[in-house]
Amino acid sequence: MSIYNPPAGWFKAPAGVERLWVGLALTWCIIMSIAMPYWHFYGKQNPTGESYKVSVQEYGQRVAEFVKDNQVGDEGGIPIVEIPPGGDGYLLARMWSFYPIIKLKQGQTYRLHLSSSDLQHGFSLQPLNMNFQVLPGYDHVLTITPTSSGIFPIICNEFCGIGHHAMTGRIIVE
Amino acid sequence: MASAVESLPVSGNHQPSEVRTCETTSLPVCLTAQQFIRWHAVVAVVFLLIGGIGALLLGLTRWPAVHLLDAQWYYRILTLHGLNMLIFWILSFEIAVLYFAGTVLLNTRLASKKAAWACFVLMVVGGIMVDIAIMNGKSDVLMTSYVPLKASPDFYLGIILVAVGTLIGVINYLATIYIAKRDHTYEGAVPLVVFGATAAAIIAVVTVLHGAVVMIPTFLWSMGWIENVDPAWYRITWWGLGHMSQQVNVCAMVSIWYLLATLTVGAKPLNQAVCRTAFVLYILFINLASAHHLLVDPGVGPGWKIWNTSYAMYLAVLASIIHGFTVPASVEAGMRAKGFTRGLFGWLAAAPWSNPGFSGFFLSLIIFGFGGGITGVVLGTQQINIMAHNTLRIPGHFHVTVVGGTTLAFMALTYYVVPLIFQRDFYAKALCRIQPYVFGGGITLFALGMSFAGSYGVPRRHWDVEFTGSQLAMGFDSGAYTMLGVMGIGALVAVTGLFMFILLVVAAVFVGPKIAGQAMEPWHEERQAPADAAAVDEDEHHTPGTLVLAGVFLLTFAVYYFANWKWLSDVWEVR
Ligand SMILES: [Cu+2]
Repeated sequence: MSIYNPPAGWFKAPAGVERLWVGLALTWCIIMSIAMPYWHFYGKQNPTGESYKVSVQEYGQRVAEFVKDNQVGDEGGIPIVEIPPGGDGYLLARMWSFYPIIKLKQGQTYRLHLSSSDLQHGFSLQPLNMNFQVLPGYDHVLTITPTSSGIFPIICNEFCGIGHHAMTGRIIVE
Repeated sequence: MASAVESLPVSGNHQPSEVRTCETTSLPVCLTAQQFIRWHAVVAVVFLLIGGIGALLLGLTRWPAVHLLDAQWYYRILTLHGLNMLIFWILSFEIAVLYFAGTVLLNTRLASKKAAWACFVLMVVGGIMVDIAIMNGKSDVLMTSYVPLKASPDFYLGIILVAVGTLIGVINYLATIYIAKRDHTYEGAVPLVVFGATAAAIIAVVTVLHGAVVMIPTFLWSMGWIENVDPAWYRITWWGLGHMSQQVNVCAMVSIWYLLATLTVGAKPLNQAVCRTAFVLYILFINLASAHHLLVDPGVGPGWKIWNTSYAMYLAVLASIIHGFTVPASVEAGMRAKGFTRGLFGWLAAAPWSNPGFSGFFLSLIIFGFGGGITGVVLGTQQINIMAHNTLRIPGHFHVTVVGGTTLAFMALTYYVVPLIFQRDFYAKALCRIQPYVFGGGITLFALGMSFAGSYGVPRRHWDVEFTGSQLAMGFDSGAYTMLGVMGIGALVAVTGLFMFILLVVAAVFVGPKIAGQAMEPWHEERQAPADAAAVDEDEHHTPGTLVLAGVFLLTFAVYYFANWKWLSDVWEVR
């Protein structure tokens, strides 16, 4: 009885069905523990959290240079910028847009940098539903390989003030 | 009620004028503790009401067909809802539970009345400060207040006061256990419920220390006295507070499951050593689960993530899976010993489903296990988290842990706290009997809608799924809208159950019939075991029904777990 002091001799090893259950539960937990390192070596989706400290000014400059050197188009005043295959691209999250529009080729691998010039933001790629955190002062590098083509909206999913719901961006994959 | 005499302790350390004997359970009740249990419980329900009004407004806003509040009020009420529910309601109730477990079950007085006063005043003043800081419009920062989002200083100060108050209450509880031991007010090991409550208390101390480490510099920063708080440092430390405090809730909830199983059906844990070991696993490992929230953050490498989410976390998960078996098994063993031996589930069918203390407890167990437990482990899997971080899958998970699990367990316990501690009877008992079903059903529907909307990519903490006014248009699949509708309907049902609870409790506590000096009216008539039943089943390890239920659980778990790995393999490659 759980509300009274247990009778003497309560400390004993599990027996019967209870022992069976503890064994099953432990086995399941071990399977789940192994699944993550397994995926780390054999799976294709393993964000490493690669990141570097960067000042807001410095990151802003890298974005500006990246846009200047690689712009291939324009939509409604927002530059469309193509990352060279294997190269580095810089995406800036700010209140309340992602800048610029990024263009990629299916099957190529890119280093996509994410940082913020103001608050924390969330990089959420739709409709794939891939989500990564964006922090001011940190250059967060994702090494990505698009395996599908089309137009992929980016939405912000970390609260960043009153205009948060309207914070969007875009990745185009050909 | 089973005979309390079996182990009624030697003699307590009470002054004769400061103790009464409970007419229902024959347990000794410290009158000082009783006073503070009452106050904390009342304050808890007030915070629950504030949070509940918030829940209604938020549910009606995120239901796209209604979209009630404007953006500013949505985020303001979301801040209010999170803090009042997750922090103020839960912590206030937990302090009441600690005072009960520490004094009544150990036959001791509360260690310090002054400390109890300090705890109570700080928690109430802090809570009110935070609520004012939110409502005056200068602290729209949500519960997590991620820097560099900045609230007014009184917001952080209020949280610090609540944390300090909680710490004082928890230390008072630990001191109470100490004096019980010192004065030999009980014999042998402490009861299982006290053991679980102590695990909760220990985790609470660690939690509050994290809170101090993160909130004090943030407060100083909001005053302009320090330059900068690093956002990555803030996140990792804040989650030491934010996720760990949820483990306090888990421990408190599991303790209450054992308590209610005893009070309602005379449940018998098969092996207390197993139950207690599981609580120890929580203390040792559950803190690491706060890594959950940082799995797609910059700056945390795969080694750190795998360490924190793999075996370290799964030893705590193991503890939950063990409790998920031992709790229903204790009910089954208790019922079989009474003669309900028919078939696999005769014991479950014969359980007192009209007793809200039982139905609330058992629904809490099912909802927490099947809903919260499974989703929690899956979302906390390092790589799968990519598809869940900051989507509605996250609140979909924690509304079936902390609401369908913890809050429903607290509600179920309240159906005993009011008659036994407030010594008042409920009105409208028929409504009391259906309340756990309304609340439990509503929150389950709500969380299902939320989780599946999240699987479509719908973000949490987001005012407008139409993205009105954005530079680049964006919209969701129609399936997401259906799920948000399910969520909205679930919210209405759950809030109905919540308001029923508050009305019933407030009516009973303030104007309910006084029953001091008499035993409480039992919530259910003891049923007679069927005459043709096999002989009373005294083999405590014969719990086949629970084994089947647990097997279904494990199967559901495995299916959902591997389905998520499959979905993950379909997204872009990322390193
Ligand atoms: Cu944003």
